[in-house]
Amino acid sequence: MVAQYVANGILIGSLYACLAVGFSLIYGVLNIINVMHGSFVVLGAYITIYFTSSLGFPPLVAALIGCAAMFAFGYLVQRFLINEVVAAPVFITFTLTFGLDLLLNNAMIQAFTATPRSLLLDYGSLDVAGVNLSVARLGAMVLALVLTGVLYALLRHSAMGRAIVAVRMDRHAAALLGIPVPRIYAITFGIGALMAAAAGGAMAVVYPITPMLSGTFLGKSFVICVLGGLGSVPGALIGGIALGLLESFGAVALGSQWSTTVGFALMVAVLLLRPAGLAGRRGFE
Amino acid sequence: MTGAPPATVRGALAALVPIAAVVAFGFVANNYLLQAGTTLAMSVVLCLAWNIVGGYMGYPSFATAALFGLGAYVGAITQNLDAPLALAWLAAAVGGAGFAGPLGSILLRLRGHYFAIGTIAVVEVMREIANNWDGLTGGAVGLNVPIVAGSPRAVGIFFYLAMWTLALIALVVTVVIANSRFGFGLRCIRQNENAASMVGIDVFRLKVGAFVVSGVITALAGAVYASMVAFIEPKDAFNILTSIEVPVMVMLGAAGTVLGPLVGACLYVLLKELVWVNFINFHSAILGIIIIAVIYAVPKGVLRQLHPARWPRLLLPRLRVRGS
Repeated sequence: MVAQYVANGILIGSLYACLAVGFSLIYGVLNIINVMHGSFVVLGAYITIYFTSSLGFPPLVAALIGCAAMFAFGYLVQRFLINEVVAAPVFITFTLTFGLDLLLNNAMIQAFTATPRSLLLDYGSLDVAGVNLSVARLGAMVLALVLTGVLYALLRHSAMGRAIVAVRMDRHAAALLGIPVPRIYAITFGIGALMAAAAGGAMAVVYPITPMLSGTFLGKSFVICVLGGLGSVPGALIGGIALGLLESFGAVALGSQWSTTVGFALMVAVLLLRPAGLAGRRGFE
Repeated sequence: MTGAPPATVRGALAALVPIAAVVAFGFVANNYLLQAGTTLAMSVVLCLAWNIVGGYMGYPSFATAALFGLGAYVGAITQNLDAPLALAWLAAAVGGAGFAGPLGSILLRLRGHYFAIGTIAVVEVMREIANNWDGLTGGAVGLNVPIVAGSPRAVGIFFYLAMWTLALIALVVTVVIANSRFGFGLRCIRQNENAASMVGIDVFRLKVGAFVVSGVITALAGAVYASMVAFIEPKDAFNILTSIEVPVMVMLGAAGTVLGPLVGACLYVLLKELVWVNFINFHSAILGIIIIAVIYAVPKGVLRQLHPARWPRLLLPRLRVRGS
């Protein structure tokens, strides 16, 4: 039984890592908490579900279409709405994305209703040493991990990735070196939305998705980000798997109705005891 | 003794006129206006309370719903123990202080985004506790509160006056803070916390003090609200939208001023009653649009941006607005 809980925890934790990595990137580079992140996840999931169930695309292609659409959406939102106030105090940017999220979420509820939708894929399941694993869920996990890995490689080795990292370290110095900061901000925001969409597509295989869940996804992103340390891809991976395992065992020990409390209590404890995260090295602010 | 009366007499008269107008309105208004007036008073109370932490001290707090819900539940539970109304409200105030003190000493170690998210986490956790602790809170089903005896009209006027009395208390507290060393210290913290600490301000004590004062007022508003509506439930008492609406109202007026919260709440409630009620399905979308409009059009508040030279200094301390 323990092995099954561990497997479930790692599986869902990989999806959480993908969920949080985009949030963490935007947070780290733009110094903005993107309250819309949860709604991006839901919107990405809906696009994937629509292209799979209604138009008959293969799930992987549908997920990539969802990613591309959300990248464009994120890019435009940052370029034309958020960039105006990107350097304003925390309260302003936070409240602005909160307002945008209310708008987006309300629009989604009107357009799609609050009915939960799933991506139903049946590829059978594997039995490994008494642990039961659904193939579709494994596929979702692989997709999430591959995308997270690709993002990590791009940030480290591509010119664009180095520019993003440079802006994160010091945007004034980056601007002096000729890096177009507003464009990097918009691309970063687009990548964040893209990762959210991928997480959404993968989540839809595991959970029924509804616009009502966007707050939950946002909360999880933040907890993971704090657990793993701000703005780091390996940190998000560690934080995501830690939260996945914690929830898997926490649900057994306390009951799943306490999952928010457990996650947030852990987050506040980490903030106070290890403000740089379990693996991170950056201080707060 | 001829000529103009002394400044204090004029000040007292200037204060009495709006008070008399508010009281008189309560007795002549119809039921709809009485209801709207009470809602406005509650918004004013919450805005003034938030303004101490969010405006003067500059900490982006979203804990309003947590303290409001706490006050509502403490008041309701005390009333259900057959305690008189006044005792229930007192219990809520004490509960608010007893909760805000320890909570503030934990959360106020955080800054910026982390503080903001920490306060939101508190709201979410408290709602979950209220949902799951059936024995104490009645769980997700909600909690009935004994109804105040009297004709509906008389009860309506009673709560209207109670809420406005609380608003007056909050206003007086704000004026006192704005003109005290305490308030000066809070403004120093807003401008540069490290520097404030360096020149010998006991930053931590001031921050927790402000959080407690704000928390007590917010909890009191919650308790009065619970007695008034006679039924509370977790998703209503610990509603995260309360936590976002209140700062937006203050920002609309002008954060960190005495009259800003008052003006912001009036404009917001007016807007809500005139436009909003007609679009029930788009409630949160319209709130979203208002937030975006406020941030782009009046980020420093209407009091600061509309003819700032005309406002007296007491109402509008000349401070640099962060991020301007």
